[in-house]
Parts: sequence; C-alpha cells; structure tokens
Amino acid sequence: MTSLPIESPPRLTGPRPQSLQATDRSDRIYRSVLTGFALGLPLLILIILGVLFTGALPALKRFGPAFLWTSTWDPVAEIYGAAPMIFGTLASSVLALLIAVPLALSVAIFLTEFSPGWLRQPVAFLVELLAAIPSVVYGTWGIFVLIPFLRGHVVPPLKAVLGWTPFLQGVFYGNSLLAGGVILAIMIVPYIAAVSREVLLAVPASQREAALAMGATRWEAVRSAVLPYGRAGLIGAVILGLGRALGETMAVTMLIGNRHDIGVSLLQPAYTMAAAIANEFSEATTNLYQSALFEVGLILFVLTVAVNAIARVLIWRVARGQAVGSRAL
Amino acid sequence: MSGRVLRRHLASRAMTAVVVVLSFTAVLALLLILGNLVLKGASSIDWAFFTKSPVPAGQSGGGVANAIVGTGIIVGLAALIGVPIGVAAGLYLAEYGSGRLGFVVRFIADVLNGTPSIVVGIVAWTFIVRPTHGYSALAGSVALAILMIPMLARTTEEMVRLVPHSLREAALALGYPRWRTSLKIVARTALGGIVTGCLVGIARIAGETAPLLFTALGNLNFSVDITQPMQSLSLQIYVYATGPFDEWHRLAWASALVLMGLVLIISITARWVTRQRYGRIR
Repeated sequence: MTSLPIESPPRLTGPRPQSLQATDRSDRIYRSVLTGFALGLPLLILIILGVLFTGALPALKRFGPAFLWTSTWDPVAEIYGAAPMIFGTLASSVLALLIAVPLALSVAIFLTEFSPGWLRQPVAFLVELLAAIPSVVYGTWGIFVLIPFLRGHVVPPLKAVLGWTPFLQGVFYGNSLLAGGVILAIMIVPYIAAVSREVLLAVPASQREAALAMGATRWEAVRSAVLPYGRAGLIGAVILGLGRALGETMAVTMLIGNRHDIGVSLLQPAYTMAAAIANEFSEATTNLYQSALFEVGLILFVLTVAVNAIARVLIWRVARGQAVGSRAL
Repeated sequence: MSGRVLRRHLASRAMTAVVVVLSFTAVLALLLILGNLVLKGASSIDWAFFTKSPVPAGQSGGGVANAIVGTGIIVGLAALIGVPIGVAAGLYLAEYGSGRLGFVVRFIADVLNGTPSIVVGIVAWTFIVRPTHGYSALAGSVALAILMIPMLARTTEEMVRLVPHSLREAALALGYPRWRTSLKIVARTALGGIVTGCLVGIARIAGETAPLLFTALGNLNFSVDITQPMQSLSLQIYVYATGPFDEWHRLAWASALVLMGLVLIISITARWVTRQRYGRIR
C-alpha cells in the first residue's frame, strides 16, 4: 500500500503564477508542521534515554558494571546491586513464555486454519478483550483467585510429581515466581496471538493449497507449509510477548512477592526490575538510592527497546511495512 | 485406507484437537476473569459507591467517587495533550512517510509501544514532580499522554491509508492545495477511524497504574485540583487489593469491575463503530 507521492510538482518553464506560489508555500508549511510532530517520537526516545542516564549517573559512577551482578540491595548501607531483580525479571518472563506460547500459537493457528467461519470473529474478539483488561485488574484477580487456585489445585500435584527437582523446593505461601509467571502468561497470550494471527494471515493461500494438493493432511499443511513460511514473524511475535512480559509492572508487583533473592524455586518470592521501581521509587530518600532505581529503569528500558526492535525487524520481514498487530498493542 | 495414511490422518485430527483445546483454554481465562469480577464486584456496587469518597480504614461503607472523577480528569487531560501530537504524527506517516524519516519514525513508534509504562512514569516525575516539589495529577496526565502518542500515530496512519487514492486524486485534480486535500478530504474521510483509534488509546491508558504511582500518587479525599495529588480507579484498586482489610478487598473488586466495565465499554464501542463504517477490514 503506497501513498501517492506528495512532492513539489515538476517545474514548468517561466515564473509560477502567484496563486500557485502561495499554494506551494502553504504546502511546505503543512509538511513541516507534520514533520515537526513526527520528529517528536525520535525525540521522545532520546529524552527517555537521557533522563534515565543522567539520573543513573551517580549509581553508574559508584558501582560500575558490578551493579549487574551484585545481589545486595541495602538502602541503609547504601550498597545496591540489581542481580536479583534482573534474574527475577528474566525468570518470570521465561516462565510466562513457556506457558503462553503454546496457548497463543494455538489460538492463531485455530483462527486462521481450523476455525469454522462463524466462530472466527467471536474468538478473535474475546482474545482481543483479554488485551484490554488493565494490569491492576489482573493483579487483583491473581491475589484473590489465582493464588488460592494454585495453592489448592496446582502446587500439590506438581510437588507430588516433581517435588524432588530444585524448581519446587520450599513452602508455597502464595506470592511467588510461579504466581507472577502464570499471570504474565495470561497477560501476554493476546499480544502473541494477535500478531501471530496476522503473520499467518499474510501467508499466501497458494502455500497451503500446494501442500494440500500434494496430499498433505491439514495439520501437515500447517506444519510443513504455513508455519515455516511465517517462521520469522512468529518468532517476532513471541519476542514481542517477551518484551511485554519484561516490562509488565502492576500485576507482577502484586503477585511475585517482592523479595531481593535469587532462587531457582518457583514457589519462592522473587523480584522484578519494574516491581522494584514501582515499590521503592517514591520511598527512595537518598540520592544514591534514587539513582540506583534510575539505573534499574535504564537497564529495563534498554532491554525492552532491544527486544522490541528485534521483534519488529522479524515481523516486518514477513509483512513488510504493515502495522501488524498494532490493533492489539 | 492403508495404515500409513490412516496414521497421518489420525495425527492430523489429534493435533487439531490439541490446537482447539489450547485455544479454548485461552478464551476460558478471559471468561473466568470476567465472571469473577462480576460475581465478587457486583454486590458491592450501590449508589453510595459512586457518590461517596472513601471512609477511614476499618470502617465500612464509603465509595470511590474521588477515584472515578480523578480517572476522568487525569485521562481527559492526557487525551488533550496526547491526541493532537499522536494524530499529527500519524498523518505525517501516512502522507509523507515513504522516505527514510518515515521509516525511522514508524519503527520508533512500534518500539515505544512496548516500552514499560513505569519508565515513562520516571520521565514525568523528573520533568514535573521534581521541579515543582510535589506530586500532581498533571504529571500523571503527561505520563499517560506519552504512552498514548506512539499508539495513536500508528492507528491514525493505518486509518488514513485506508482512504481510496481516487478521492485524493480527485481533489488534487480540481486544483485543491495538497494541505487542504490532506486535511479536508483525506483526514476527514478517515475521521471515524481516527476517532476509533483515539478511543482505543484512551481505553488503554484509563487502566494504567504504574506511571501514576509516583506522579498522581493517589489521594483519599475528593480533589479536582490538577496541581495536587489525585486518586484514580487503578491506584485505588492497587491500594485496596494489596491492603489488609476485608472491606478494602470488597471495594477493590467493585472498583475493578467498574474500571473493567469502563474500559470494555469504550473499546467495544470503538470496535463496533469501525465495523459499521468500514465493514470487514481485517
């Protein structure tokens, strides 16, 4: 879909009539005003980076790169290290992806390949609604419904089967890596599903038809023709979901337990970068404390921008230039 | 059918079944959440809930009038700031966005769409709360506006691109200047879509909590002063849901139901309007 090029018209010989010169001028003004607003977006990303970097400067100077792997976070002794939060952010996001990817890809495949026509719109709509639920509502639901459910019906059987692994050690009190990961999974399903669906819709029908004509069953057509064609876009969709999970704040803050600890057990409380900022930013009394939180924000921002950029490049390779999934985002 | 073919067909059936079951699990999650909200929230919603401000902790009764009004003010102000910028940027992308700058702006808008909202809160804090030495609703609105802009830029662009070229060409052929063609013909035709995009954007920021934590802060009293801390529904839910009192939990559920209803009504209306106007555009 290309727009009609709007550039200055070919110059005719001789001077331009006065009225046309006025038009040229107003067109130029219009274009520069719009350009000014559009430049606001690159400017915004620079401003965010600048603010976070200047705010983080004292902590950067004091702790250097060791900030990334120090696991002490002691506002009294003024020693700060972000390792537990970085670990918790990555661990909860990976757990969320493990749960969400099969669900989301199923939704996308179901909607594009298997669903009867009349069911397509309602299911797509319901999944889109999942994306519209505010994070704090997910958090509330998690505290009062999900955690009791996990405690009563999920953790006991899990412990019975896999209790010997290091991932399920300790007592499950509720707020934990597991609860945070599960709520994140529910939250990112609609994003991954919406983008995957658009990627699969962009796969030409001829791919599918060719496979079916060769005698493939429907699933074989999906697996051998449709999915490989959209692979880059699907990976992009998953990475986009990862970006969401990394930066998600409220629901995770309410469920993950907020403890500065590194542990592999899913049943124990953990912490994420976003949750630390949410909990501690307005209580950070000393300059260094605040600066450490700025640095946490800087790490989080750079990480999510990088992850999102990779996702976008992959998705654009499949659906060039289209705003794939922007409806869901 | 030979055994091999039969096996392949059975495998196909089995995988289809797996896909269907997993899809419905995802949909079930939504129905569960909505069901719980209605079950646990509806009973606490009465007239006082909408008209009274909160009472001190431990007492029963009271409502969330301050939070409802606060959400309206913070989100309305955010829309006032964010909509013009976002829509203008989107117009640029649709009209002049085929070059290198257009590519860069589009890419950055997509990347910013995934930015953690808490980081945007830090930016608003730095520019407004720190210099003025006080939390304020205005700071919250600025944070929400920043979140809206990239979203609006992309939806506006999409909607403007749906306008048929013939319309633009007809206006240009009649000697209409380009800027008037763009504003009066193209943007006007896409207006329904642009409004829809704005509504969806508003629905999304109305539920945001993280960027308000250290900007609007929250306020237990009724306040309409945008230079002072203000309560929002989302902040109220956070405080009530994580607090220790049963009464608070009850109010948290009710507030969550109201917030959810608000967000759903806006986004469903928006989608319905688009469908009416543009038919089945995927």
